[in-house]
Amino acid sequence: MSEILHILLGLGDKFAAHIVLSASAIGLGMAVALPLAVWASRSPAVARIALGFASLVQTIPALALLALFFPILLSLRAVFGEDLPTLGFLPALLALALYALLPILRNAVTAMVNLDSEILEAADGVGMTGAQKLRLVQLPLAAPFIMAGIRTASVWTIGAATLATTIGQPSLGDPIFAGLQTQNWALVLAGCIASAGLALVVDALLGLVERGFASRRRWMWIAGLAAVALGVGGALFAQAGGEDEDAIVIASKQFSEQYILAQLIGTQLEAAGYSVEYRDGLGSAVVHSAVASSSIDISVDYTGTIWTNEMKRTDNPGRDAMYEAIVAWEQENTGVRVLGRLGFENAYAFAMREDRARELGVTSLTDLVAHGPQLTVGGDPEFFERPEWIAVRDAYGLRFGETRNFAPTFMYNALRSGEADVISAYTSDGRIAADRLVVLEDPKEALPSYDAMVMLSPRVAGDERLAAALEPLIGAISVEAMREANFAVDREGEGKLSPRDAARELAGKIGL
Amino acid sequence: MKRTGASPITATSKPGNAILRFEQVERRYGEVVAVGGVSCEVAAGSFVALVGASGSGKSTLLKMVNTLTSPTAGRVLFGGEDVTTLRQAQLRRRVGYVFQGIGLFPHFTVGENIAIGPRLAGEKLSPQRIFELLELVELDPDMAQRTPDALSGGQRQRVGVARALAGDPELLLMDEPFGALDPITRDALGEKVRELHTKLGLTTIMVTHDMAEALLLADRVLVMSEGALVADETSRALLAGAGGEVAQGLVAVPRQQAERLAHMEDTR
Repeated sequence: MSEILHILLGLGDKFAAHIVLSASAIGLGMAVALPLAVWASRSPAVARIALGFASLVQTIPALALLALFFPILLSLRAVFGEDLPTLGFLPALLALALYALLPILRNAVTAMVNLDSEILEAADGVGMTGAQKLRLVQLPLAAPFIMAGIRTASVWTIGAATLATTIGQPSLGDPIFAGLQTQNWALVLAGCIASAGLALVVDALLGLVERGFASRRRWMWIAGLAAVALGVGGALFAQAGGEDEDAIVIASKQFSEQYILAQLIGTQLEAAGYSVEYRDGLGSAVVHSAVASSSIDISVDYTGTIWTNEMKRTDNPGRDAMYEAIVAWEQENTGVRVLGRLGFENAYAFAMREDRARELGVTSLTDLVAHGPQLTVGGDPEFFERPEWIAVRDAYGLRFGETRNFAPTFMYNALRSGEADVISAYTSDGRIAADRLVVLEDPKEALPSYDAMVMLSPRVAGDERLAAALEPLIGAISVEAMREANFAVDREGEGKLSPRDAARELAGKIGL
Repeated sequence: MKRTGASPITATSKPGNAILRFEQVERRYGEVVAVGGVSCEVAAGSFVALVGASGSGKSTLLKMVNTLTSPTAGRVLFGGEDVTTLRQAQLRRRVGYVFQGIGLFPHFTVGENIAIGPRLAGEKLSPQRIFELLELVELDPDMAQRTPDALSGGQRQRVGVARALAGDPELLLMDEPFGALDPITRDALGEKVRELHTKLGLTTIMVTHDMAEALLLADRVLVMSEGALVADETSRALLAGAGGEVAQGLVAVPRQQAERLAHMEDTR
């Protein structure tokens, strides 16, 4: 419990960012939905289209909606110029505002349409103009119902805002995602408690406003609104103080190794006098575009990922040739500087439990082909869409009986419990050794190599002092050292470390 | 207080004192004719009842006076001017309007409800004037601070009448004003309105389906049937058998009821 409390106390900046993001999204949602509702209340056609659109948006999973704004904004750069942010606050704001539309719009339209027709006739009868009728009669009478919609939207938005983490916007999702990946349940709980607590408080305050409107008690709704304004103002103030334009932004994808390396890089830069910000838990697909667009400054990526996903290559020229080609390609096409290789590979590899492999007599992917149809394969959520899987599948003619997706952490649990027979493991994963897994050989070299590389955005590519500060990391990290650090974070119980502590141990081990 | 006698009389009005004139007024809803070619005049200071069965077009005719509905053909002249050419807000200030639904604004106090017409015209009604209006409809002036939900149905309609009178209207339109009230309240409020009509020198048009109410309160009764005006008689003339079949059919109802009651008393 005291651990959760300790984490909660350290979440101040995430909390402020979460409040500012949610409030802005709800504000934008209201700015669009309320005029639209007034229009819709006068025209059934508009009501149908607006509600239909808002309902459609609602059917898109929030996570997908957030991710969709990245390519949309990227293409809009043609119109608005290269300064248009594609990650972080803007796409999160737009996606969440779209999400907030439906409850606000639906309640407002329903309230406006269902107002007592006799009262509206009286408003005409006493000589009100359309605008006077709206201001003096329709809006005041619809206000409690409109407020109820805003309340619902607020609770949804505060919850969904935790997903903004995946597109590089700091929020209370940061501890949740980091905790899920590293099996640090205290972090997950702290994030959930903070966002749920925020939602409950906002719900209560807006409920006060709603009741104030309904019972026409002025002090009540003024008090509720004042408290909300105070909270948002405080969060804005806290954030304005914490903002640092020159800070170096270090990204990490959603697995432990990335968190550890981000901390390792960050510590080196801090020692060199840089101020550092972390964007933890970015979606793997957006990281390369983010570093290429300088939305982030430093990422750790893998040769095989760039080779297949960005360069769209399917051949395998060998480890060193691949690296050289990538360095040249990045320089020419994106302006990203590949600082160097860290020294270890985190390749995809198929792994099985030792007893199961022995039972079936499987040591390589070739052996697996015959047993495939009776087996269940588990992979991370993106694996079965990746070119690597397609390459392996086609090279060996692999077919599995069942295909299941797991978050990387749970993949190993699934293997242990028998819910999967084979998984797409990572070679630098500490759990391969800890769980005594058998890594199947790849005689046809269908899987490309995955050297970890440090990537610098065009913004900092020319900063030689920064490059010098990171130079000691290049070629310094062996796969054994990385596995050990990864396992320290991924393991449960005794000896479990935070990514920051694991980074510190790793730094000591490689002599920094 | 400014009264109807001061209103301009133009060449289109009949010499004398017509304040309102319907000229071949028609209102269609697609194929349905709600009001078909009605022509008549209303003299200033008269109390006219517009009687007919449901769907006879009487409410539609009334609503064309303050342009809550517009005629599809013909025109309505108020003080000699076509009502559709007048500024709507100003027209509705000169025309008090009371209807069955009462339509008090639930989020306003009684006082605010009464003051709404003048407020829309940019004029603030003094508390003194609101008290006067409440006294006029026999309500306790303390009620000004209450909200409508704290009042009985009869009290609410009294407030509705006070609201209609707040702008010193030349013309008072009432659309089934007492339809939702219990018989005792209904009778008392009818008497009160008739008294105010005389006291304030109003011109009043009351739509009702109750012929007894029309005969008792109005000087003149117009009977409508299927969108047409089928009778235009004084109360006395109607009771004497004038006005034709439809009108006499409506008069027969309260008369027979009265006779049956009298008979029951005789044979007790």
